[in-house]
Amino acid sequence: MAIKRRQKWAYLFILPFFATFLTFGIYPIFYTFYISFHDYNPLTLQMTFVGLDNYDRLIHSAYFFDSILNTIVIWLFSIIPQLTIAIILSLILNERWVKNKSLLRSVYYFPNLITPVTIGMLFNMLFGYPGGMVNNLMASIGLFPQAVDFANTPILAKMVGGIAICWQNFGYNIIFITAGLHSISSDVYEAAEVDGANAWQRTRSITLPLLKPIMLYIMITSIIGGLQIFDIPKMLFKDGLGNATRTMVLYMYEAAFENWQFGFGAACAYGIAVVIGFFSLISILVTNRKGKEAK
Amino acid sequence: MSMNINTRAIVKRRLCHFAGYLVLWAIAVLCFFPFYSMLMGSTHDNLAITTTLTLTPGTKFVENYNRMMQNKDIWLGFFNSLWLALANTGLCLYFSAMTGYAFSKFRFKGRGGLFAFIMVVMMLPGQLGVIGFFRLISDMKLLNSYIPLVIPAISNCFAVFFFKQYLDSGLPNEMIEAALIDGSTELGIYHRIVLPCMGAALVTQGVMSFIGNWNSYLNPLIILTETKKMTLPVLLASIKSGAGSADYGAQYVGILISVAPLLVIFSFANKVIMEKISIGSAVKG
Repeated sequence: MAIKRRQKWAYLFILPFFATFLTFGIYPIFYTFYISFHDYNPLTLQMTFVGLDNYDRLIHSAYFFDSILNTIVIWLFSIIPQLTIAIILSLILNERWVKNKSLLRSVYYFPNLITPVTIGMLFNMLFGYPGGMVNNLMASIGLFPQAVDFANTPILAKMVGGIAICWQNFGYNIIFITAGLHSISSDVYEAAEVDGANAWQRTRSITLPLLKPIMLYIMITSIIGGLQIFDIPKMLFKDGLGNATRTMVLYMYEAAFENWQFGFGAACAYGIAVVIGFFSLISILVTNRKGKEAK
Repeated sequence: MSMNINTRAIVKRRLCHFAGYLVLWAIAVLCFFPFYSMLMGSTHDNLAITTTLTLTPGTKFVENYNRMMQNKDIWLGFFNSLWLALANTGLCLYFSAMTGYAFSKFRFKGRGGLFAFIMVVMMLPGQLGVIGFFRLISDMKLLNSYIPLVIPAISNCFAVFFFKQYLDSGLPNEMIEAALIDGSTELGIYHRIVLPCMGAALVTQGVMSFIGNWNSYLNPLIILTETKKMTLPVLLASIKSGAGSADYGAQYVGILISVAPLLVIFSFANKVIMEKISIGSAVKG
């Protein structure tokens, strides 16, 4: 009896969550799917069923595939320096003799809290042409007297996007990796020290292999998050030549909220989900195979 | 002979430490540089910003500030963002903790299935429902209202997951049973026993929710159309795209105003924030 009455309370307690979750979280996902089979007229507010037309247009859209490529290149430009810097700094910070550890970690981490819109604007100004801070700095130390037009050089524009995202996230990864380092038992190191292994050998043969699960976790979450980048590229070089920093989600946003093609935008949203699912699946498969090899 | 080896070892170690510090502080300086350039940039006029290297403070802060205020009332956006973030955080904490509590301490039909459902949806890319969300809000005639930006805060999957994990180990069942025997009501137990027991988890999740909401951009951007209702990120973004030629000085001031509160929160709560990341390896948001 008491259990029955408590059951009723459990449902009452989860009711507000599920009511809003179903309305604002789940229903829009299905509604988007429904919209993707329709053509939406922004003037008459009419929706007409068009079957697979939007998807047909999507897979023939060179712009969409460009945006996939842009996203991946920007992601690569961010993840490679991000992980390299984060590993090196975490390893040094893990040494006993380092002072001001928490101050340093705080400085590294702080950019992670900043509004992505602000980061995009800040880097837009830093890498402005011709008078951005980076160009002025390079000119004043005699490197590249000719100002570099970052926004209109597609590969450089993507690189700046990568740097901005790297700057935003490397400190987050340091905290993550540090937690992993702390979980490695000190017995292992002591045993290695007794066997005469030097610091470099200890790092290479103990620390790095034991960090692998954490690195893979960071990779997978970074794929899911990194392929959805929107705010930073939107603010960074929006009108740059060849739309070099137009990412998938930015493309979807423009289709739906600038060109008011909701049907096509909705098809984009599902296209993006497929791309993200595909890359997540690959990374999970690679992880599993690596895991088996290790055994 | 042995002295010699000893001094060489010491020199070698000193060099090693020096190299380590050099790397650490060089990256720290590089990391801080964008903030520094923002601070300095906000005190110079546009001509100085674009033509010279402005690494020292200038005298034009007030003029930049006034120009920015003429363009956009940034403080209105600031307070819109502030109260939205506070309302979101409050709702998220109260209802997510309630849901997490139900999943942790009650045995009811469908419990496992519903929790698995939450976990699966957590994996879906966030942009998947954006267009449907916009159309739904438009169908409900709630565009340009704060309701669609506040009410959904009740269902924060990450927070529910975090609170459930916390309560599983952090709140003994005996405490609830004892309160039941004493004749407490279920809501009374939630308010007087569960919530106070979750202090640390509430603070941690609260700080993260606040920051997440303070930074949120896409939803306010598509829902709010009236300038006086806009949030800080949306207003900031419109300074940039609105004016014909870029007004760097004014933009730097705007950026400064959006970063300042985060700096204040972070200087008080950096321990809390960084601990949450290292505890909740699987829990974000």
